[in-house]
Amino acid sequence: MQFWGYKRSEGRAGIRNHVLILPTCVCGSESARIVASQVRGAVNIVFNTGCSDVQANTDMSQKVLTGFACNPNVYGVVIIGLGCETVGHKPLREKIQAMTSKPVVSFGIQEEGGTLKTIEKAVRAAREMAAQAGLQQKELCDISELLLGIECGGSDATSGIASNPAVGELSDLLVDMGASTMMSESIEWIGGEHVLAKRAATPEIHNQIIQVCKDYEAHLLAAGQDCRAGQPTPGNKAGGLSTLDEKSLGCIRKGGTRPIVEVLEQAARPTKRGAVVMDTAGFDISSITSMVAGGCNAIIFTTGRGTPTGNAIVPVLKVTANARTYQMMDDNMDVDLSAIISGEKTYKEMGRELVDVIHDVCNGRLTKAEAYGFSDIAVDHVCRFV
Amino acid sequence: MKINALLIDDIDNVVTCVADVPAGADVCYRKVDEILSLKAEENIPYCHKIALKDFAQDDEVIKYGESLGRTTEAVKKGHWLWDKNMRSVPRDYDSEFVDVGGRG
Repeated sequence: MQFWGYKRSEGRAGIRNHVLILPTCVCGSESARIVASQVRGAVNIVFNTGCSDVQANTDMSQKVLTGFACNPNVYGVVIIGLGCETVGHKPLREKIQAMTSKPVVSFGIQEEGGTLKTIEKAVRAAREMAAQAGLQQKELCDISELLLGIECGGSDATSGIASNPAVGELSDLLVDMGASTMMSESIEWIGGEHVLAKRAATPEIHNQIIQVCKDYEAHLLAAGQDCRAGQPTPGNKAGGLSTLDEKSLGCIRKGGTRPIVEVLEQAARPTKRGAVVMDTAGFDISSITSMVAGGCNAIIFTTGRGTPTGNAIVPVLKVTANARTYQMMDDNMDVDLSAIISGEKTYKEMGRELVDVIHDVCNGRLTKAEAYGFSDIAVDHVCRFV
Repeated sequence: MKINALLIDDIDNVVTCVADVPAGADVCYRKVDEILSLKAEENIPYCHKIALKDFAQDDEVIKYGESLGRTTEAVKKGHWLWDKNMRSVPRDYDSEFVDVGGRG
Protein backbone atom coordinates (compact mmCIF):
# COMPACT_ATOMS: atom_id res chain seq x y z
CA MET A 1 0.00 0.00 0.00
CA GLN A 2 1.21 3.50 -0.81
CA PHE A 3 0.05 6.99 0.03
CA TRP A 4 0.74 10.50 -1.22
CA GLY A 5 2.98 12.20 1.32
CA TYR A 6 5.77 14.68 1.77
CA LYS A 7 9.19 13.07 1.66
CA ARG A 8 11.70 14.38 4.18
CA SER A 9 15.49 14.34 4.01
CA GLU A 10 15.60 12.54 7.34
CA GLY A 11 13.28 9.84 8.57
CA ARG A 12 9.66 9.17 7.74
CA ALA A 13 7.50 11.03 5.24
CA GLY A 14 4.97 13.60 6.40
CA ILE A 15 1.26 13.28 5.73
CA ARG A 16 0.91 17.05 6.27
CA ASN A 17 3.19 19.99 5.45
CA HIS A 18 2.74 22.47 8.27
CA VAL A 19 4.81 25.48 9.21
CA LEU A 20 5.08 25.20 12.98
CA ILE A 21 5.23 28.35 15.09
CA LEU A 22 7.00 27.04 18.15
CA PRO A 23 7.31 28.94 21.44
CA THR A 24 10.38 28.11 23.54
CA CYS A 25 8.33 28.55 26.71
CA VAL A 26 5.03 29.83 28.00
CA CYS A 27 6.12 33.45 27.43
CA GLY A 28 6.37 32.97 23.67
CA SER A 29 3.07 31.12 23.34
CA GLU A 30 0.70 34.04 22.78
CA SER A 31 2.95 35.62 20.18
CA ALA A 32 3.21 32.25 18.44
CA ARG A 33 -0.59 32.01 18.39
CA ILE A 34 -0.92 35.43 16.78
CA VAL A 35 1.74 34.66 14.16
CA ALA A 36 0.05 31.37 13.21
CA SER A 37 -3.33 33.11 12.93
CA GLN A 38 -1.84 35.52 10.37
CA VAL A 39 -0.33 32.94 7.99
CA ARG A 40 -2.24 30.25 6.13
CA GLY A 41 -0.43 26.94 6.43
CA ALA A 42 1.01 27.81 9.84
CA VAL A 43 0.01 26.17 13.11
CA ASN A 44 1.07 26.85 16.68
CA ILE A 45 1.23 25.11 20.00
CA VAL A 46 0.61 26.71 23.37
CA PHE A 47 3.48 25.70 25.61
CA ASN A 48 2.71 25.96 29.32
CA THR A 49 6.20 25.34 30.65
CA GLY A 50 9.86 25.80 29.64
CA CYS A 51 11.05 28.01 32.50
CA SER A 52 11.70 28.07 36.26
CA ASP A 53 11.97 24.32 36.36
CA VAL A 54 14.09 21.41 37.53
CA GLN A 55 16.41 19.63 35.12
CA ALA A 56 14.17 16.60 34.49
CA ASN A 57 11.28 18.86 33.47
CA THR A 58 13.53 20.97 31.26
CA ASP A 59 14.73 17.78 29.58
CA MET A 60 11.12 16.70 28.92
CA SER A 61 10.21 20.15 27.57
CA GLN A 62 13.18 20.03 25.22
CA LYS A 63 12.25 16.53 24.04
CA VAL A 64 8.74 17.71 23.22
CA LEU A 65 9.85 20.95 21.52
CA THR A 66 12.54 19.29 19.40
CA GLY A 67 10.29 16.29 18.76
CA PHE A 68 7.47 18.47 17.46
CA ALA A 69 9.93 20.41 15.27
CA CYS A 70 11.36 17.18 13.83
CA ASN A 71 7.96 15.52 13.35
CA PRO A 72 7.63 14.55 9.67
CA ASN A 73 4.34 16.49 9.33
CA VAL A 74 6.29 19.75 9.83
CA TYR A 75 7.83 21.49 6.81
CA GLY A 76 9.65 24.19 8.73
CA VAL A 77 9.76 25.91 12.11
CA VAL A 78 9.56 29.51 13.33
CA ILE A 79 10.68 29.67 16.95
CA ILE A 80 9.59 32.48 19.26
CA GLY A 81 11.44 32.81 22.54
CA LEU A 82 11.54 35.44 25.25
CA GLY A 83 15.21 35.80 26.22
CA CYS A 84 15.48 34.69 29.84
CA GLU A 85 13.89 31.22 29.67
CA THR A 86 15.81 28.06 30.59
CA VAL A 87 16.65 27.23 26.96
CA GLY A 88 16.48 30.28 24.71
CA HIS A 89 15.53 30.43 21.04
CA LYS A 90 19.11 30.26 19.74
CA PRO A 91 20.21 27.10 21.56
CA LEU A 92 16.84 25.49 20.80
CA ARG A 93 17.22 26.41 17.12
CA GLU A 94 20.75 25.00 17.04
CA LYS A 95 19.59 21.81 18.70
CA ILE A 96 16.78 21.36 16.14
CA GLN A 97 19.12 22.22 13.25
CA ALA A 98 21.49 19.49 14.43
CA MET A 99 18.61 17.01 14.19
CA THR A 100 17.00 18.05 10.90
CA SER A 101 17.77 19.92 7.68
CA LYS A 102 14.28 21.46 7.48
CA PRO A 103 14.15 25.30 7.59
CA VAL A 104 14.26 26.74 11.13
CA VAL A 105 14.37 30.41 12.10
CA SER A 106 14.04 31.99 15.53
CA PHE A 107 13.33 35.27 17.26
CA GLY A 108 13.53 36.53 20.85
CA ILE A 109 10.94 38.96 22.18
CA GLN A 110 13.37 40.81 24.48
CA GLU A 111 15.97 41.21 21.71
CA GLU A 112 13.47 42.38 19.11
CA GLY A 113 11.98 45.03 21.38
CA GLY A 114 8.64 43.53 22.35
CA THR A 115 5.85 41.41 20.98
CA LEU A 116 4.73 43.57 18.06
CA LYS A 117 8.19 43.79 16.53
CA THR A 118 8.71 40.07 17.07
CA ILE A 119 5.35 39.23 15.57
CA GLU A 120 6.08 41.40 12.53
CA LYS A 121 9.36 39.61 11.81
CA ALA A 122 8.00 36.18 12.60
CA VAL A 123 4.95 36.67 10.35
CA ARG A 124 7.22 37.61 7.45
CA ALA A 125 9.42 34.56 8.10
CA ALA A 126 6.42 32.26 8.41
CA ARG A 127 4.85 33.72 5.25
CA GLU A 128 7.99 32.98 3.24
CA MET A 129 8.23 29.49 4.72
CA ALA A 130 4.56 28.75 3.96
CA ALA A 131 5.08 29.98 0.39
CA GLN A 132 7.95 27.54 -0.06
CA ALA A 133 6.01 24.73 1.66
CA GLY A 134 3.29 25.21 -0.96
CA LEU A 135 5.77 24.30 -3.68
CA GLN A 136 6.61 20.91 -2.20
CA GLN A 137 4.89 18.23 -4.24
CA LYS A 138 3.38 15.13 -2.74
CA GLU A 139 5.11 11.91 -3.72
CA LEU A 140 4.09 8.27 -3.49
CA CYS A 141 5.35 6.85 -0.21
CA ASP A 142 5.27 3.29 1.00
CA ILE A 143 2.94 2.58 3.95
CA SER A 144 6.09 1.68 5.92
CA GLU A 145 6.54 5.46 6.28
CA LEU A 146 3.47 5.52 8.53
CA LEU A 147 3.93 5.57 12.31
CA LEU A 148 0.42 5.43 13.77
CA GLY A 149 -0.05 6.37 17.43
CA ILE A 150 -2.89 4.53 19.17
CA GLU A 151 -4.74 6.26 21.99
CA CYS A 152 -7.94 5.83 23.97
CA GLY A 153 -9.84 8.22 26.17
CA GLY A 154 -13.33 8.89 27.47
CA SER A 155 -13.71 5.12 27.42
CA ASP A 156 -16.95 3.32 28.15
CA ALA A 157 -18.09 -0.29 28.21
CA THR A 158 -17.93 -0.50 24.40
CA SER A 159 -14.26 0.53 24.22
CA GLY A 160 -12.71 -2.69 25.47
CA ILE A 161 -15.02 -5.06 23.62
CA ALA A 162 -15.41 -3.29 20.28
CA SER A 163 -13.39 -0.22 19.32
CA ASN A 164 -10.13 -1.32 20.95
CA PRO A 165 -10.18 -4.81 19.37
CA ALA A 166 -11.02 -3.21 15.99
CA VAL A 167 -8.08 -0.81 16.28
CA GLY A 168 -5.91 -3.73 17.43
CA GLU A 169 -6.87 -5.50 14.22
CA LEU A 170 -5.98 -2.33 12.27
CA SER A 171 -2.61 -2.27 14.02
CA ASP A 172 -1.93 -5.91 13.11
CA LEU A 173 -2.86 -5.31 9.45
CA LEU A 174 -0.66 -2.20 9.24
CA VAL A 175 2.30 -3.93 10.90
CA ASP A 176 1.90 -6.84 8.47
CA MET A 177 2.10 -4.33 5.59
CA GLY A 178 5.35 -2.90 7.00
CA ALA A 179 3.98 0.14 8.83
CA SER A 180 4.68 0.91 12.48
CA THR A 181 2.25 1.47 15.33
CA MET A 182 2.79 2.89 18.81
CA MET A 183 0.70 2.19 21.90
CA SER A 184 1.32 4.24 25.04
CA GLU A 185 -0.43 4.89 28.40
CA SER A 186 1.78 2.53 30.39
CA ILE A 187 -0.11 3.18 33.62
CA GLU A 188 -3.09 1.45 32.01
CA TRP A 189 -1.03 -1.67 31.25
CA ILE A 190 -0.90 -2.32 35.00
CA GLY A 191 -3.00 -5.41 35.66
CA GLY A 192 -2.39 -6.66 32.13
CA GLU A 193 1.36 -6.10 31.94
CA HIS A 194 2.08 -9.83 32.05
CA VAL A 195 -0.13 -10.28 28.97
CA LEU A 196 1.43 -7.35 27.13
CA ALA A 197 4.87 -8.73 27.98
CA LYS A 198 3.96 -11.98 26.20
CA ARG A 199 4.03 -9.99 22.97
CA ALA A 200 7.65 -8.95 23.55
CA ALA A 201 9.95 -9.87 20.66
CA THR A 202 12.80 -10.62 23.08
CA PRO A 203 13.18 -11.50 26.79
CA GLU A 204 14.80 -8.08 27.32
CA ILE A 205 11.72 -6.32 25.93
CA HIS A 206 9.51 -8.55 28.10
CA ASN A 207 11.37 -7.34 31.18
CA GLN A 208 11.33 -3.70 30.04
CA ILE A 209 7.52 -3.83 29.85
CA ILE A 210 7.26 -5.25 33.38
CA GLN A 211 9.84 -2.74 34.65
CA VAL A 212 7.94 0.23 33.20
CA CYS A 213 4.82 -0.81 35.15
CA LYS A 214 6.75 -1.58 38.33
CA ASP A 215 8.50 1.81 38.17
CA TYR A 216 5.27 3.72 37.48
CA GLU A 217 3.53 2.13 40.44
CA ALA A 218 6.58 2.74 42.68
CA HIS A 219 6.75 6.36 41.52
CA LEU A 220 3.17 6.95 42.65
CA LEU A 221 3.65 5.01 45.87
CA ALA A 222 6.62 7.26 46.71
CA ALA A 223 4.13 10.13 46.72
CA GLY A 224 1.74 8.08 48.86
CA GLN A 225 -0.59 7.33 45.95
CA ASP A 226 -1.93 3.87 45.15
CA CYS A 227 -2.91 3.55 41.50
CA ARG A 228 -4.74 0.28 42.19
CA ALA A 229 -6.95 1.71 44.93
CA GLY A 230 -10.53 1.77 43.83
CA GLN A 231 -9.74 -0.03 40.55
CA PRO A 232 -11.82 -0.99 38.72
CA THR A 233 -13.92 2.03 39.65
CA PRO A 234 -17.56 1.55 40.69
CA GLY A 235 -18.50 2.93 37.27
CA ASN A 236 -16.24 0.38 35.55
CA LYS A 237 -17.84 -2.44 37.53
CA ALA A 238 -21.33 -1.24 36.69
CA GLY A 239 -20.17 -1.20 33.06
CA GLY A 240 -19.18 -4.85 33.24
CA LEU A 241 -15.47 -4.64 34.10
CA SER A 242 -15.15 -7.07 37.00
CA THR A 243 -11.39 -7.00 37.64
CA LEU A 244 -8.43 -4.72 36.93
CA ASP A 245 -7.17 -7.49 34.61
CA GLU A 246 -10.30 -7.14 32.48
CA LYS A 247 -9.99 -3.36 32.33
CA SER A 248 -6.31 -3.50 31.35
CA LEU A 249 -6.83 -6.28 28.81
CA GLY A 250 -9.51 -4.21 27.07
CA CYS A 251 -7.16 -1.25 27.04
CA ILE A 252 -4.05 -3.02 25.70
CA ARG A 253 -6.06 -4.81 23.02
CA LYS A 254 -6.00 -1.62 20.96
CA GLY A 255 -2.29 -2.23 20.33
CA GLY A 256 -3.03 -5.49 18.53
CA THR A 257 -1.23 -8.78 18.86
CA ARG A 258 2.00 -8.47 16.87
CA PRO A 259 5.43 -8.75 18.53
CA ILE A 260 6.54 -5.64 20.40
CA VAL A 261 9.92 -4.68 18.99
CA GLU A 262 10.80 -1.69 21.17
CA VAL A 263 9.91 -0.06 24.51
CA LEU A 264 10.40 3.70 24.35
CA GLU A 265 10.86 6.36 26.96
CA GLN A 266 8.42 9.20 26.74
CA ALA A 267 8.73 11.35 23.60
CA ALA A 268 11.58 9.19 22.21
CA ARG A 269 11.78 8.28 18.53
CA PRO A 270 11.57 4.58 17.62
CA THR A 271 14.64 2.97 16.11
CA LYS A 272 12.77 -0.17 15.01
CA ARG A 273 9.84 -0.74 12.65
CA GLY A 274 6.77 -2.68 13.70
CA ALA A 275 4.70 -2.53 16.89
CA VAL A 276 6.32 -0.37 19.56
CA VAL A 277 5.14 0.84 22.97
CA MET A 278 5.90 4.06 24.85
CA ASP A 279 5.93 4.71 28.60
CA THR A 280 3.46 7.59 29.03
CA ALA A 281 0.69 8.74 31.33
CA GLY A 282 -2.86 7.55 30.80
CA PHE A 283 -3.88 11.22 30.51
CA ASP A 284 -4.74 11.18 26.82
CA ILE A 285 -3.54 14.67 25.88
CA SER A 286 -0.16 14.11 27.49
CA SER A 287 0.16 10.68 25.90
CA ILE A 288 -0.60 12.06 22.43
CA THR A 289 1.86 14.92 23.00
CA SER A 290 4.62 12.41 23.77
CA MET A 291 3.74 10.17 20.79
CA VAL A 292 3.76 13.16 18.41
CA ALA A 293 7.14 14.20 19.83
CA GLY A 294 8.25 10.62 19.14
CA GLY A 295 7.45 11.10 15.46
CA CYS A 296 3.96 9.65 14.96
CA ASN A 297 2.50 11.11 11.77
CA ALA A 298 -1.09 10.04 12.53
CA ILE A 299 -3.06 9.19 15.68
CA ILE A 300 -6.14 6.98 15.99
CA PHE A 301 -8.21 7.60 19.12
CA THR A 302 -10.85 5.19 20.44
CA THR A 303 -13.54 6.65 22.67
CA GLY A 304 -16.81 5.65 24.25
CA ARG A 305 -18.12 8.92 25.63
CA GLY A 306 -16.64 11.10 22.88
CA THR A 307 -13.89 13.72 22.98
CA PRO A 308 -12.98 16.71 20.80
CA THR A 309 -9.18 16.61 21.20
CA GLY A 310 -6.85 17.42 18.35
CA ASN A 311 -3.15 18.04 17.79
CA ALA A 312 -1.62 20.96 15.89
CA ILE A 313 0.56 18.94 13.54
CA VAL A 314 -0.81 15.39 13.57
CA PRO A 315 -4.34 14.39 12.56
CA VAL A 316 -6.25 12.68 15.38
CA LEU A 317 -8.96 10.31 14.09
CA LYS A 318 -11.80 9.57 16.56
CA VAL A 319 -13.56 6.23 16.45
CA THR A 320 -16.35 5.00 18.69
CA ALA A 321 -18.46 1.85 18.89
CA ASN A 322 -21.13 3.61 20.93
CA ALA A 323 -23.92 4.43 18.46
CA ARG A 324 -25.43 7.07 20.73
CA THR A 325 -22.08 8.83 21.17
CA TYR A 326 -21.54 8.81 17.42
CA GLN A 327 -24.94 10.45 16.92
CA MET A 328 -24.66 12.91 19.81
CA MET A 329 -21.03 13.83 19.05
CA ASP A 330 -21.25 13.63 15.28
CA ASP A 331 -19.29 16.89 14.98
CA ASN A 332 -16.32 15.32 16.77
CA MET A 333 -16.46 11.64 15.82
CA ASP A 334 -14.84 10.48 12.59
CA VAL A 335 -15.75 6.80 12.36
CA ASP A 336 -18.78 4.86 13.61
CA LEU A 337 -17.80 1.37 14.78
CA SER A 338 -21.19 0.61 16.35
CA ALA A 339 -21.85 -2.13 13.77
CA ILE A 340 -19.68 -4.30 16.04
CA ILE A 341 -22.07 -3.79 18.95
CA SER A 342 -25.16 -4.26 16.80
CA GLY A 343 -23.66 -7.49 15.49
CA GLU A 344 -23.74 -6.44 11.83
CA LYS A 345 -19.95 -6.60 11.54
CA THR A 346 -17.13 -8.20 13.48
CA TYR A 347 -14.30 -6.19 15.00
CA LYS A 348 -12.01 -7.82 12.44
CA GLU A 349 -14.16 -6.56 9.57
CA MET A 350 -14.20 -3.06 11.07
CA GLY A 351 -10.43 -3.23 11.54
CA ARG A 352 -10.07 -3.91 7.82
CA GLU A 353 -12.32 -0.96 7.02
CA LEU A 354 -10.18 1.27 9.25
CA VAL A 355 -7.17 0.54 7.02
CA ASP A 356 -8.93 2.43 4.22
CA VAL A 357 -9.85 5.30 6.53
CA ILE A 358 -6.26 5.67 7.75
CA HIS A 359 -5.11 5.47 4.12
CA ASP A 360 -7.43 8.40 3.31
CA VAL A 361 -6.09 10.40 6.27
CA CYS A 362 -2.55 9.77 5.04
CA ASN A 363 -3.60 11.01 1.61
CA GLY A 364 -4.88 14.24 3.10
CA ARG A 365 -8.43 13.69 4.35
CA LEU A 366 -8.86 16.05 7.29
CA THR A 367 -10.07 14.60 10.57
CA LYS A 368 -12.75 16.62 12.32
CA ALA A 369 -10.42 17.86 15.08
CA GLU A 370 -7.93 18.84 12.40
CA ALA A 371 -10.52 20.77 10.40
CA TYR A 372 -11.36 22.77 13.54
CA GLY A 373 -7.67 23.57 14.04
CA PHE A 374 -7.54 22.08 17.53
CA SER A 375 -4.13 22.18 19.21
CA ASP A 376 -4.20 20.41 22.58
CA ILE A 377 -0.92 19.77 24.34
CA ALA A 378 0.20 18.61 27.80
CA VAL A 379 3.88 18.16 28.59
CA ASP A 380 4.56 15.56 31.26
CA HIS A 381 6.87 16.34 34.17
CA VAL A 382 8.88 14.70 36.91
CA CYS A 383 5.82 14.37 39.16
CA ARG A 384 4.14 12.47 36.38
CA PHE A 385 0.65 12.75 35.08
CA VAL A 386 -1.36 9.61 35.82
CA MET B 1 -30.45 -14.80 14.01
CA LYS B 2 -29.46 -11.42 15.44
CA ILE B 3 -26.57 -11.54 17.85
CA ASN B 4 -26.70 -9.89 21.26
CA ALA B 5 -23.30 -10.92 22.64
CA LEU B 6 -19.66 -10.81 21.54
CA LEU B 7 -17.06 -13.53 21.77
CA ILE B 8 -13.68 -11.78 21.62
CA ASP B 9 -11.36 -14.79 21.33
CA ASP B 10 -12.31 -18.31 20.26
CA ILE B 11 -10.95 -19.82 23.49
CA ASP B 12 -12.96 -17.50 25.77
CA ASN B 13 -15.34 -19.15 28.25
CA VAL B 14 -17.55 -16.06 28.55
CA VAL B 15 -19.29 -13.78 26.09
CA THR B 16 -20.16 -10.12 26.66
CA CYS B 17 -23.79 -9.14 26.14
CA VAL B 18 -24.27 -6.05 23.99
CA ALA B 19 -27.88 -5.57 25.10
CA ASP B 20 -29.74 -6.07 28.38
CA VAL B 21 -30.75 -9.73 28.29
CA PRO B 22 -33.72 -10.81 30.48
CA ALA B 23 -33.70 -14.20 32.22
CA GLY B 24 -35.00 -16.90 29.90
CA ALA B 25 -33.96 -15.11 26.69
CA ASP B 26 -31.43 -16.51 24.24
CA VAL B 27 -27.92 -15.09 24.10
CA CYS B 28 -26.58 -15.37 20.54
CA TYR B 29 -23.00 -14.80 19.48
CA ARG B 30 -20.76 -15.41 16.52
CA LYS B 31 -17.92 -17.93 16.67
CA VAL B 32 -15.93 -17.91 13.44
CA ASP B 33 -18.72 -18.37 10.86
CA GLU B 34 -21.28 -19.96 13.15
CA ILE B 35 -23.95 -18.35 15.30
CA LEU B 36 -24.15 -20.10 18.68
CA SER B 37 -26.62 -19.54 21.46
CA LEU B 38 -27.35 -20.32 25.08
CA LYS B 39 -30.16 -19.42 27.46
CA ALA B 40 -29.68 -16.64 30.01
CA GLU B 41 -30.58 -18.13 33.41
CA GLU B 42 -30.78 -14.68 35.01
CA ASN B 43 -30.91 -11.04 33.88
CA ILE B 44 -27.59 -10.02 32.27
CA PRO B 45 -26.97 -6.25 32.03
CA TYR B 46 -25.58 -4.51 28.93
CA CYS B 47 -21.83 -5.09 28.49
CA HIS B 48 -21.73 -7.75 31.23
CA LYS B 49 -20.47 -11.31 30.92
CA ILE B 50 -22.40 -14.57 30.79
CA ALA B 51 -20.84 -17.98 31.54
CA LEU B 52 -20.51 -20.33 28.53
CA LYS B 53 -19.77 -23.32 30.78
CA ASP B 54 -20.26 -24.48 34.35
CA PHE B 55 -17.57 -22.84 36.50
CA ALA B 56 -16.47 -24.43 39.77
CA GLN B 57 -15.13 -22.16 42.50
CA ASP B 58 -11.61 -20.88 41.60
CA ASP B 59 -11.97 -21.58 37.89
CA GLU B 60 -10.28 -19.20 35.49
CA VAL B 61 -12.52 -16.79 33.59
CA ILE B 62 -11.12 -16.35 30.06
CA LYS B 63 -11.85 -13.31 27.85
CA TYR B 64 -9.57 -11.86 25.15
CA GLY B 65 -8.00 -15.34 25.27
CA GLU B 66 -6.54 -14.38 28.68
CA SER B 67 -7.44 -14.83 32.33
CA LEU B 68 -9.53 -12.07 33.92
CA GLY B 69 -9.23 -13.77 37.32
CA ARG B 70 -11.02 -16.61 39.07
CA THR B 71 -14.53 -17.34 40.26
CA THR B 72 -15.20 -16.96 43.99
CA GLU B 73 -18.07 -19.45 43.86
CA ALA B 74 -19.54 -21.98 41.43
CA VAL B 75 -21.23 -20.23 38.49
CA LYS B 76 -23.39 -22.33 36.19
CA LYS B 77 -23.60 -21.93 32.42
CA GLY B 78 -25.98 -19.13 31.48
CA HIS B 79 -25.35 -17.17 34.68
CA TRP B 80 -23.93 -13.72 35.21
CA LEU B 81 -20.19 -13.30 35.87
CA TRP B 82 -19.48 -10.00 37.58
CA ASP B 83 -17.41 -8.42 40.34
CA LYS B 84 -19.49 -10.17 43.02
CA ASN B 85 -18.47 -13.68 41.92
CA MET B 86 -14.99 -13.03 40.49
CA ARG B 87 -11.65 -11.90 41.86
CA SER B 88 -8.26 -10.86 40.50
CA VAL B 89 -5.43 -13.27 41.14
CA PRO B 90 -2.71 -11.30 42.94
CA ARG B 91 0.63 -11.23 41.13
CA ASP B 92 3.89 -9.53 41.88
CA TYR B 93 6.14 -7.88 39.36
CA ASP B 94 9.26 -9.71 40.45
CA SER B 95 7.80 -13.08 39.48
CA GLU B 96 6.88 -11.71 36.04
CA PHE B 97 10.46 -11.02 34.98
CA VAL B 98 11.96 -13.66 32.71
CA ASP B 99 15.49 -14.96 32.54
CA VAL B 100 17.47 -13.21 29.81
CA GLY B 101 20.42 -15.55 30.11
CA GLY B 102 22.63 -13.26 32.16
CA ARG B 103 22.27 -10.42 29.65
CA GLY B 104 20.53 -8.15 32.08
